[in-house]
Amino acid sequence: MSFLPQLVFLIIFGAAGWFISKRVKFLRRNILLGKKTERNDQPEARWKTMLLVAFGQQKMFKRFIPAILHLFVYVGFIVINLEVLEFVLDGVLGTHRLFGPYLGSIYLAAMNFFEFLAVAVLLSCVVFLIRRNIIKVERFTKPEMKGWPAMDGNLILFIEIILMVAILTMNSTDQLLAERGVEHYLAIGTLAFSSMIQPIFEGMSDGALIFIERFAWWFHIIGILAFAIYVTYSKHLHIFLAFPNTWYSNLKPKGEMVNMPEVTNEVNIMLGIPTDAPADPPAEIARFGAKDINDLSWVNVLNAYSCTECGRCTSECPANLTGKKLSPRKIMMDVRDRAEEVGKSIDSGGKGLEDGKSLLGDYISKEEINACTSCNACVEACPVNIDPLSIILQMRRYVAMEESGTPAQWNAMFQNMETSFSPWKFSPSDRFNWAEKVKEEEMK
Amino acid sequence: MSTYKVPTMAEMAGKGETPEVLFWVGCAGSFDERYKAVTQAFVKILNKVGVSFAVLGPEEACTGDPARRAGNEFLFQMQAVANIQVMNGYEVKKVVTACPHCFNTIKNEYPALGGNYEVIHHSQFLQQLINEGKVALKGGGEFKGKKITFHDSCYLGRANDVYEAPRDVIKALDVELVEMKRCRTKGLCCGAGGAQMFKEPEPGKKDINVERTEEALATGAQAIAVGCPFCLTMITDGVKNKEKEAEIKVYDLAEMIAKDMGI
Repeated sequence: MSFLPQLVFLIIFGAAGWFISKRVKFLRRNILLGKKTERNDQPEARWKTMLLVAFGQQKMFKRFIPAILHLFVYVGFIVINLEVLEFVLDGVLGTHRLFGPYLGSIYLAAMNFFEFLAVAVLLSCVVFLIRRNIIKVERFTKPEMKGWPAMDGNLILFIEIILMVAILTMNSTDQLLAERGVEHYLAIGTLAFSSMIQPIFEGMSDGALIFIERFAWWFHIIGILAFAIYVTYSKHLHIFLAFPNTWYSNLKPKGEMVNMPEVTNEVNIMLGIPTDAPADPPAEIARFGAKDINDLSWVNVLNAYSCTECGRCTSECPANLTGKKLSPRKIMMDVRDRAEEVGKSIDSGGKGLEDGKSLLGDYISKEEINACTSCNACVEACPVNIDPLSIILQMRRYVAMEESGTPAQWNAMFQNMETSFSPWKFSPSDRFNWAEKVKEEEMK
Repeated sequence: MSTYKVPTMAEMAGKGETPEVLFWVGCAGSFDERYKAVTQAFVKILNKVGVSFAVLGPEEACTGDPARRAGNEFLFQMQAVANIQVMNGYEVKKVVTACPHCFNTIKNEYPALGGNYEVIHHSQFLQQLINEGKVALKGGGEFKGKKITFHDSCYLGRANDVYEAPRDVIKALDVELVEMKRCRTKGLCCGAGGAQMFKEPEPGKKDINVERTEEALATGAQAIAVGCPFCLTMITDGVKNKEKEAEIKVYDLAEMIAKDMGI
């Protein structure tokens, strides 16, 4: 017996593992370009949110048809990976269907279930491709989806279809060979789905079948490893990051904006209120608000890497719906793309954040952030609890406090508030005038 | 003859009294010609029910919400800290307001600056009064049997998860509550939040308030109920834009309750 296939398998498996770990380090470093923030409170609520929203797909079910199709792919992904465990062990040990003899009828039932899922995944991916390319569901055809994002979406679906075809081909030829009593192949019983495609292979010689079976086996396992690497370059990262992303969800009321304690200190000093701020302020005062990714929190950047560009946010954004330039999905994609750019630049010895570019200006325009009504529809819509609004509001803070670049009408509103304590230009002494009429009215 | 009373915190403090609840009027409630009617209606309800309340009157200032959402954190905090000093000076414990933006800011954002109060929106307050039987609804008023739709305001709904209180208030009026296609968590913004109220919209193909008004009109309702001063302005403008002022009216919840009470 030759150990060559085992050796080849181990080398491929090890190389994939090494490469993936390198990618994970790159992504982790990019996410941590964001500022420190504490999100470890209420662990029980966090586990519960993760269980419901990520594991349980709770928010997906606001739209039933894509939710069901997505559920098939999701369950298929998790369950079929159990089979991959056998693949890996077979690959290492040089065995074939390692668990088959031990599990007997349970093994047959499991294989049939895997095949059912493989077919469900395959059909769901076909429907997804149709929705993207033939029906052209509106949220997949927005301007930010042109080019690579559209290609990325289609590639993922295409790869998943090919992988499922490989599984079914492998099972089909494997059982034909077992029926013919070819050495090494184990008859496990009737497989409901792959037996249907057996007529395609029936006329072939044993040698041809063994070739196809081995090819499908290697194709599937190498395909999965290659796909795992591809995922680290793709919007498909959500399959892993959805879990930490929901764990680090904002658990506060959505309407609450994060306080800026550095401003509070100055306000207290101006108003003559004693503060408990440290006597000597930090040497370097950070920027107010966000101009680039390092001004955002690392949770914002994690959000960006968790986004799978489904566009539910954008399809419910009142600004986008009425033709404004703002698209919450684009905000997330821009944050990710900028983090990638900075990360690559750092790794190649480039200037990193000091490359003369910035998130606000080079990726996101003021027109976009100025169109937001802070209505939280995007936050509510996101199936994995991404918060585009937090990023928009931090950029507004930068524009207002570092650039004094807010729209003129807002500056007028600021002036009114400063001088008459109301966003409108009314005399503060008239504030209570509304009561005069009602005070004269007889109580009925 | 007894008239409606609008005591201020300063007057009450002068008499050594503390009201149970501070009615936070807000800038729209104080200055907006149309919306002043809502403030007056709510005050009449408070009088009629005998709630121990007071207002800050000239001592009230903008919560700072639009400044904060437009990015001016300094200005927001100047407003907030000044308001908190006034409220803490009067030892305010409970606040009711008709404005979801004031509600959100005082409830969620003032605690970080030292202002800790129990804050409720007037829809929740009215719901409580109705549940406790303190508001005697006649049920035969001008809304009886009519189709009414409710527009969720973002800062009450998604921002603070208050969806049922305003609906319960409307249902108490013996009307037919009809929902728009996008309601509750999916409710469409009126277009005014995030300081949009104070500037022209960015370039686009349509105004958000028109989009929302079209949706309200599609329900066939005879009135649109709102629980927010900005929504009231935006939806009223939307109805004007569609030239439907004769067919459909826009009311705040407090106005509807006051009308039904005959006050």
